[in-house]
Amino acid sequence: MAGGDAHPLLRLEGVSKSYGPVHANRSVDLAVMPRSIHAILGENGAGKSTLMKMIYGVETPDRGRIHWDGAPVAPASPAEARALGIGMVFQHFSLFDTLTVLENVALVVPGKPRALAARIRDLGRDYGLEVNPDARVHALSVGERQRVEILRCLMLDPKLLILDEPTAVLPPQMVARLFDTLRALRDRGVSILFISHKLDEIRALCDTATILRDGVVTGRADPRVTDTRTLATMMIGREMPSPLPAGTAKPGEVRLALSALDWTGPDPFAPPLEGIELAVRAGEIVGIAGISGNGQADLAALVSGEQVLPQARSGAVALDGAAIGHLGAEARRKRGLAFVPEERLGRGAIPEMALWQNAVLTAHDRGLVRRGMIDRDAATRFTETCIADFDVRTPGPHAEAGALSGGNLQKFVMGREIMLAPRVLLVQQPTWGVDVAAAAAIRRRLVEMRNAGCAILVISEEIEELFEICDRLHVLRAGRLSPSLATPSTSAEEIGEWMIGAAEDRHAHAV
Amino acid sequence: MSPLEFILAGTLAAATPLLLAALGELVVERSGVLNLGVEGMMALGAAVAFIVSYHTGGHALAFVAGALAGMGAALIFAVPVLMFRANQVAAGLALGILAGGLSALFGRPYESLTVRAIPKIEIPLLSDLPILGGMLTQDGVVWASLAMAALMAWAFRSTRLGWRIRAVGENPAAAHAIGTPVLAIRAACIAFGGALAGLGGAYAATVYTPLWADGMIAGRGWIAVALVVFGTWQTGRVAMGAILFGALSIGELVVQATGIAIPSQALAALPYLATIVVLALISSNRARMRLNSVASLGEPFGR
Repeated sequence: MAGGDAHPLLRLEGVSKSYGPVHANRSVDLAVMPRSIHAILGENGAGKSTLMKMIYGVETPDRGRIHWDGAPVAPASPAEARALGIGMVFQHFSLFDTLTVLENVALVVPGKPRALAARIRDLGRDYGLEVNPDARVHALSVGERQRVEILRCLMLDPKLLILDEPTAVLPPQMVARLFDTLRALRDRGVSILFISHKLDEIRALCDTATILRDGVVTGRADPRVTDTRTLATMMIGREMPSPLPAGTAKPGEVRLALSALDWTGPDPFAPPLEGIELAVRAGEIVGIAGISGNGQADLAALVSGEQVLPQARSGAVALDGAAIGHLGAEARRKRGLAFVPEERLGRGAIPEMALWQNAVLTAHDRGLVRRGMIDRDAATRFTETCIADFDVRTPGPHAEAGALSGGNLQKFVMGREIMLAPRVLLVQQPTWGVDVAAAAAIRRRLVEMRNAGCAILVISEEIEELFEICDRLHVLRAGRLSPSLATPSTSAEEIGEWMIGAAEDRHAHAV
Repeated sequence: MSPLEFILAGTLAAATPLLLAALGELVVERSGVLNLGVEGMMALGAAVAFIVSYHTGGHALAFVAGALAGMGAALIFAVPVLMFRANQVAAGLALGILAGGLSALFGRPYESLTVRAIPKIEIPLLSDLPILGGMLTQDGVVWASLAMAALMAWAFRSTRLGWRIRAVGENPAAAHAIGTPVLAIRAACIAFGGALAGLGGAYAATVYTPLWADGMIAGRGWIAVALVVFGTWQTGRVAMGAILFGALSIGELVVQATGIAIPSQALAALPYLATIVVLALISSNRARMRLNSVASLGEPFGR
C-alpha cells in the first residue's frame, strides 16, 4: 500500500438511527482508508445493514455526520451515493428475475446496450466475474447473480464498494473466487466495506475490522493479527457458547423415507425434483445442504404435507413404514411429524396472534383443547413452559408473535415443535437470523433430541451448521439429491463440489 | 358485401376502443398497479369527447379532451393509492363508479344526439382489393392504435424506460434500492393508462357509434382489464384478444342479420363470453402465467 496520505476515504462521526424505540445504530464512528478491505463485524441484528444503508443513501441518519473524501455529505438517495462513487451489493440482490443481465445493468448504468454488453464481458474477464449479458437472471445460479450485482457496481467506477454478507449464499469454492476478485479490486484502488459475521473469512480477507454490537461500536482490530476468540468476544460480548453435548448417533429403525419421489412444483424458477431417495432413521440428524432454489421449498412442502401427492403415488413419502404422501399436514402431524418452516412469520407463526394462540395451532392435541373448546389455562401453561425452557425473550404468553424479534420467535417456534416430542422433526434453516448464543442453544436442543431417539431432517444453507450437528449429509442441486455423505468422512470442499455440480459430473464420468 | 368481408371490414374499428383501454391498463399493471376503474375512465372520456365534438365539430380537439378527462380521473385514483398506500382494488372500484356517474351526468343533455364520424382513409390499390379491401380501409385512429401496440411491445422489450417500468412492477423495493423513482414511474403509468382509456372511450362515442347513449361503453372497460390478465401481460396477446373481441362483436351483428332464432341478448353476450373463454384457455399454462405475471401487482409501495 502506498502509505503517506492518511486521509480516510469515508468517515462517519456519531451516526445514530432509530426505528421507533429500537436503536439500530448509536453514535457510530467509522473511518475507511483508501485501498483497504474494511470489515464490519457483528451478529445478526447488530445494526450492520442499517449503517450501510445510511452510507448508501437508502436511509438517512437521525444524527451524526458523514464525510466523503474529507467533505461533509448527506446522500439522500442511492443515486446520490453512486454519484459520489459508492456502490453496494445487497444481501438480497436488487436484481430483477424476468430481465436479462444486460437489462438489469442498463437500469443503473448509462450507455448504449451494445457497448454495455461489451463492457460486461471485458470487466468479467478482468475480475473473474464472467456472465452472459443476454441470460435472464432467473436462470442464473446464486454465484452468477452476485457477479452481476458486483459488475453493475463496478461499471460505475466506484471508489468504495459495500458488500452485505456476500458469502452467506455461496458454496465454499465460490467464496475463494470472490475473495480473489475483491483483492484485485483493492489493488486497483477500490476500497471495500465487507459486512459479515464469519470470523474466519474476515481474518482471511480484511486488513481492518470495526466490530458492532447492539448498534454500538465495541471494538476495532486488525483481523490479520487478532485471534478468533478476541474477535468473537467483542462481537457477542461474552465467551463463545459451550460446545455441543456429547453423544453420537445410534441410528435405529427408518422413520421417514422418500423413495423415487418425482415432483414438478408450481414455481417456474425452481427445478423439478427427480428420483429423490432419502431415509432418516431414529436417533440421527440428516442434513440437506445446497443453495435455496434448487428444490428445497418443494422438498420441504412434500415432507411437511403442505403439498400432498396423488393417492396412486402416496408411497413415495413414508412415515414409520406407512405411506403418507396423500395425507395433509394435519394428518401427518397426528402421526408424529413436526415441522419448523423457513419463514417464521406467516408460516411458522401468525404474527397477529398471541404466542399462546400460536401454541394452540400445532399443539392442540396435547391437552390444550377439551370437548372442542380451547383450554386457555392449559395453553397458557404450555406457552409459559416453552418460553422458560427455550429462553424466549418476551413479556409473556399474551405477546403478539409479530412483536418478537426474529431470533426470539425462532426459539419459540422451535420450542413449540420440540415440546410436541415428535417422532420425526423437519427443520428448515434452524438458526437463520438468530444470534450466536441462541443459535448454539437451538443446535444443542436438536442434538439432545437426536440423543433421545428422534429422527431429524435439517434443510439449511449454512454448511458450518450442518457439519456441526448432522450425522449424514445430502446435497440438493437442480432437483437431484446427492448420495449420502457421512459427516466425519466428508469435507466442506466435497459438499461444495456437489453444490456446484462438479462432483456430479465426475461421478457420471466415473460410472 | 359477403358476411366475411363485412366481418373483416368491421373488426378493427370494433376492437379499437378496447385495444386502447387494454394497452393503457397493461402499462399500469406492468408498473405494479391494478386500476379497476377502466370502465369509468372510458365512460368519462367518451362523454367529454362527445360533448366537445358536438359543440366544435372537431375530432382532434374531442380526442384531446377525452384523453385529458381519462387522465384526470386516473390521477384521482393515483393520489390515495400512491401517496397514502390505499387499497388499489377499493380505490379503483370507487374511481370507476365516480367517473361512470360523472359521464352520465355530463351526457344527460346530449342523450340520443349524434356527431359526425371521421372519414376512413382510402389507400390507393389496397382499398380496392377483393375481400381484404374493406379491412384495409380504416380511419386514422385505428392505424394509430395498432401502431401504439407495436410501439409498446418494442418499448417493453428494448428501451430503458420499458425495463424501468418492468423493474418497478417486479420488485419495487429493489428498484428503489438501485435508485429508480418508483412512485414517479407509477404515477406516470397511471396517468398514461387513464389517457388511453379516455381515448378508447372517445373513439367509441365519436367514431365507432357517433351517438350518445348513457352506458354505451357497455362493459368494454372490464373486458380490457380481463384482457390484460388473460393476455399474460404480453402486448401482442392483449392486442390479439382485443381484435378477437372486435371480430366476435361484428360476427354477432352478421348472425342477427340472418334472422337465426337466438335471443339477441344471448348473442350480444357472446363476444364477452367467447373472448374470456379463449383467453382463459391461453392463460391456463401455469408456468407461463407465472413467468410473465407482475410480481408486485396490487401491492402498495412506500416507506
